[in-house]
Amino acid sequence: MSTHAEHAGLAVQRWTTTSIASSLGIAGFVGLLALVPVALSANAVDRLTTLYVYVILAAMWNALAGYAGLVSVGQQAFFGLGGYFAIKLSANGVGVYPSLVLAGLIAGAVAIPISPFMLRLRGGEFAIGMWVVAEVCHLYVNGDRSTNGVTGTSLSALNQYAADDRRNYNYWLTLTMAFVLLAILFMLLRSRLGASLQAIRDDEDAARSVGVRALWAKGVVFVLAAVGCGAAGALWLASFPTFQPNSNFSVQWTAYMIFMALVGGLGTFEGPIIGAIVFFVIQDQWGDQGVWYLVGLGMAAILFALLLPRGIWGTVEERFGIRLLPVGYWLRGLRPRGAAAGTEAAA
Amino acid sequence: MAWLNQVVQGVLLGGYFAILASGLALLFGVMRVINLAHGDLAVLGAFLVLVMTDHGVDAFVSLAVVLPVMGLVGVLLHRLILERSLKSGVLTPLLSTFGLAIVIENLLFEKFGADQRTINIGSLAYDSWTITSQIIVGKLYVLIFVVAVAVLGLLQLFLSKTSLGRAMRATAEDPDTVELVGVNSRAVYALATALALALAALAGAFLGMRQTFDPYSGNTQLIFAFEAVVIGGGTLWGTLVGGIVLGVAQTVSYQMVAEGWIKDVWGGAGAGHIVFLVVLAARLVIGAVQERGGLRTVLGRA
Repeated sequence: MSTHAEHAGLAVQRWTTTSIASSLGIAGFVGLLALVPVALSANAVDRLTTLYVYVILAAMWNALAGYAGLVSVGQQAFFGLGGYFAIKLSANGVGVYPSLVLAGLIAGAVAIPISPFMLRLRGGEFAIGMWVVAEVCHLYVNGDRSTNGVTGTSLSALNQYAADDRRNYNYWLTLTMAFVLLAILFMLLRSRLGASLQAIRDDEDAARSVGVRALWAKGVVFVLAAVGCGAAGALWLASFPTFQPNSNFSVQWTAYMIFMALVGGLGTFEGPIIGAIVFFVIQDQWGDQGVWYLVGLGMAAILFALLLPRGIWGTVEERFGIRLLPVGYWLRGLRPRGAAAGTEAAA
Repeated sequence: MAWLNQVVQGVLLGGYFAILASGLALLFGVMRVINLAHGDLAVLGAFLVLVMTDHGVDAFVSLAVVLPVMGLVGVLLHRLILERSLKSGVLTPLLSTFGLAIVIENLLFEKFGADQRTINIGSLAYDSWTITSQIIVGKLYVLIFVVAVAVLGLLQLFLSKTSLGRAMRATAEDPDTVELVGVNSRAVYALATALALALAALAGAFLGMRQTFDPYSGNTQLIFAFEAVVIGGGTLWGTLVGGIVLGVAQTVSYQMVAEGWIKDVWGGAGAGHIVFLVVLAARLVIGAVQERGGLRTVLGRA
């Protein structure tokens, strides 16, 4: 399973024993998660469904910032559009569950014509430029009378299902979408594209100069992130059927994504999942504290950005040399930075 | 005449945008940082003025206290957040200032609640000059425009004529090299941040005099400031040009709504966003921003 390219006494290794075990473990774990509705309470099913939406959002934002170096403050554009398209499709005779899936894809399609323009912007220009795009999408939806403009509407087609069935369908669909999106992201990052992206993130000009097609590579991630955020926005409606442009297009969604990705570990595959769990627990415990809860999230974002930029998982990875899902490489014969003797990679 | 009136109002509104944008552009020009808390810091400035006027201090007199205080906040912002952020890559300042924005607006909400506020400036709020029967300009709006031109003029003089200003431009070019000729780039950065925040607070004070604001008004102000900077091409006087274009787009669009040409959602801010995106797209197509950085520095042209 491991690739060896002997060169100067070093060998490139992708799969470690830990990562093979963890990949198999994940397959088993996802299988177990699929059984949750059978085993756990309705409340637990609802909460886990919400958690999976957070996982999607965190992973997508991390794909942008952690791998493509794109800090977007406008991902609420796609979250909002996902919900909006789900409602439009469902109102126009498409089945409600197919609508939820298609909505994400349409949100991704919207990202395609936007990408050549926005991706030419660097750093902060891209960040706020995306925010403007989100505002424009928001205003467009505000102006749509068929969804009652600012007042909003709800995904009423869901009512045809009994509450228990609906809960379980939502759960399985959200779990499947989260798994598929993360799997696609994983494959992308392991492909040639992943290496291109990290080169771009580290130094775009240098990457271009050695022939990396920066715009194309960033475009793929940008569109995938739009599909993911759109899917999340649509799936959110399955649990919380009221669609109000002012809240579905709120910049708060991006704030949550940034928090989850930063806390979990920007630029690590596992980090955003951990970040989503942390966020979920925090929201569960302190979400009713309103303003102070948001102040806390902002403070945490500042502190992590400044003091622990690799987040929880990035720090663990660095300190112990563990990698569960290998999107990178180990160089055998070299110790990963900070790795203690006796760990996999250093063996 | 209704159209001409809207154009006049838009030009005057552009003065406000220019002040708002100048702080953002200055920080970007000197430190390559886009401060995502800029709008919220402006609103913080507005609330500081509001608190002083509530205690009977004249709004304009209060600026003599608020602007230096915000300058000090700027020094702290540099020492505590920006300096560390800059060390860990180009993305970190975006993340940390975004976090700061969330903290500021929610603390303001905690302290002042959701009420819409205005800063009391007596009759200046509605005094006006009648140019023709249909063109009436508010004295406050004219004052803001004049202050905008004065602020930009003073900034230009500072950057081109004083040794400190020249040191700032040199630091913007190359912070390591200027150290060799005895410039303390750390102090220059702190000063630039202080200036940027004082400018933000000045803009915030005018925001509060012109219209209502609340703790969450900052996001919109950040977007407006950014749009003005980009439309104007990133130069110092460009912020005035960008501000005027944005202002005219916003005010004229209200007339277009009134005429039934466009949906009401596109009146005001929406029209500004569209003009911004069109300018951006046009410029990208022409390839004029292909040079490094995109936004050309404020200082290169000063």
